[in-house]
Amino acid sequence: MIRPTTVDSVALARRIRAHALRMTNAGGGSHIGAIFSCADILAVLYGGILRVDHEAPRHRDRDRFVLSKGHAGGGLYAALAERGFFPVDKLLTHYQNGSDLSGHVSHKLPGVEVSTGALGHGLSIADGIAYSGKLKGARHRVFCLLSDGECDEGSTWEAVLFASQHRLSNLVAIVDYNRIQGIAPISEVLELEPFADKWTSFGWAVREVDGHDHAALRSALAAVPFIQGKPSCLIARTTKGKGVSFMENSVLWHYRVPRGEEFNAALAELEGQQ
Amino acid sequence: MRDAFVRVLTELAPKHPELMLLTGDLGFGVLDNFSAQFPRQFLNVGVAEQNMSGLAAGLALEGHSVFTYSIGNFPTLRCLEQIRNDICYHGANVTIVCVGGGMSYGPVGMSHHATEDLAILRPLPAMEVFAPGDLWEASEASRYLASRPHGPAYLRLDKSAAKPTVRPGEVFRPGSIRTVREGSDVTLAATGGILGEALLAADQLAEHGVRCRVLSVHTVKPLDTATLSIAAAETQGIVSIEEHAVDGGLGGAIAEALMEAGISPGFFVRIGLRNTFSSVVGSQAYLRTVYSLDAASIVRTVSLKLGIAEEAISR
Repeated sequence: MIRPTTVDSVALARRIRAHALRMTNAGGGSHIGAIFSCADILAVLYGGILRVDHEAPRHRDRDRFVLSKGHAGGGLYAALAERGFFPVDKLLTHYQNGSDLSGHVSHKLPGVEVSTGALGHGLSIADGIAYSGKLKGARHRVFCLLSDGECDEGSTWEAVLFASQHRLSNLVAIVDYNRIQGIAPISEVLELEPFADKWTSFGWAVREVDGHDHAALRSALAAVPFIQGKPSCLIARTTKGKGVSFMENSVLWHYRVPRGEEFNAALAELEGQQ
Repeated sequence: MRDAFVRVLTELAPKHPELMLLTGDLGFGVLDNFSAQFPRQFLNVGVAEQNMSGLAAGLALEGHSVFTYSIGNFPTLRCLEQIRNDICYHGANVTIVCVGGGMSYGPVGMSHHATEDLAILRPLPAMEVFAPGDLWEASEASRYLASRPHGPAYLRLDKSAAKPTVRPGEVFRPGSIRTVREGSDVTLAATGGILGEALLAADQLAEHGVRCRVLSVHTVKPLDTATLSIAAAETQGIVSIEEHAVDGGLGGAIAEALMEAGISPGFFVRIGLRNTFSSVVGSQAYLRTVYSLDAASIVRTVSLKLGIAEEAISR
């Protein structure tokens, strides 16, 4: 069995954000707001929750992590590089010609289980991995990070139904619930509330948490399954663009690339949080 | 063909515990035996083909050899992106099984007719595409797909099947075209159960002295270009025959392969659906006549090309 090594997740989150900022600036693309939104979740997962080993990224007993919101690939790359899965200096090749680090997450990188990018795919794959683990009586868990926007996809709810039908208690879905989707707030597109009730009524054990509160995230994620015999859903209430004041809660920063003064100001804010 | 597939899977499941059969809530009465015998290797995922395909990818990544099973376009077009991104991009060991290739489901209607599937699945990287023409080919293709690790594959099963074409001692070679009848005048290259119509047409043409070479293209991808090239050189022309749109299916694949190889058959005709939905109501056999895919239509096409008078044929 792999024991997770615990690190200071707050510092890890800060480094994930700083890497992501530099990567999107250098590469001229990606989804900075969506990465900042889930940086704390990634930091808590890779800071001591996930039983993974950078020296054996394909270890049979590892916890599997599926990033269903593949557009936050930059954040996962940063977390993996910081945890030793590949050199940190590889990060700046993100979005560059000839790089392995595509904007949407790629399984060509050690530590990345699956490539995603089209929304509504990850939870089905996670279902399959979890079902296999259950068949084999394996001890590892499967964590899947979803965006709220991809809860518009019917396929997500197909996967939700399957997981409860088959009592996949080794499966944890975390929803990065920042309430802003691609080009508009959720309330103006497809309202998801009552969101926790939806998951509960589909047979999941649900908890809600402040998605930027590391202690709360850690305590919830350490307590899975929330109810024996049920898949767990952690709704992480987050702020899109979290960490840089002018990016927070802004639809604009779903896609915008930080350049020039914006880049300098964002970096200064992140560094000021040390 | 469906029963042949299920029989092979039932035979191989105990030897291959990694083998799993997923159905999208179809196969009433057909899969009961399998599910009862091998409950750990069977899953009815519900009417949820997108989830079935992503789930299959997840299972395959964990070492399972997975078959997804449904009818018509449900296991393919409905969940094409999951097939592309989740199965193919990860090189997952998943075989997608369509029961009811072409217009097998006859009067059920066009929603259940798979008539663009070959064209749509063929370009997917790593995907192998099988459309057996008779029951032996269906069994053998199933056996090949179930008995050794492989990447993504598509198995298109027809309700109709040609009469047995297997020769004693013949070994099934995936990726190789089978010459099921020798002939030097015209080549009839068919994929799927419509091979039966090609053989009937060859019988009728033989009565008029036309010797058809009949090829069963059970593997549409990878395509056996060598056998086609020889046929182009040795016969006066090639007719591709498929219960499928002429665009991008077998006819398209042959045209691509021969053109690229710099080979021009004397003539080349694609028999298949031409920019049309199969909206007429009727049995598979009836629909083949309506859409000019039946033996008589094949005979007419060949006669026209060879300059045989129509009245000579219709007599």
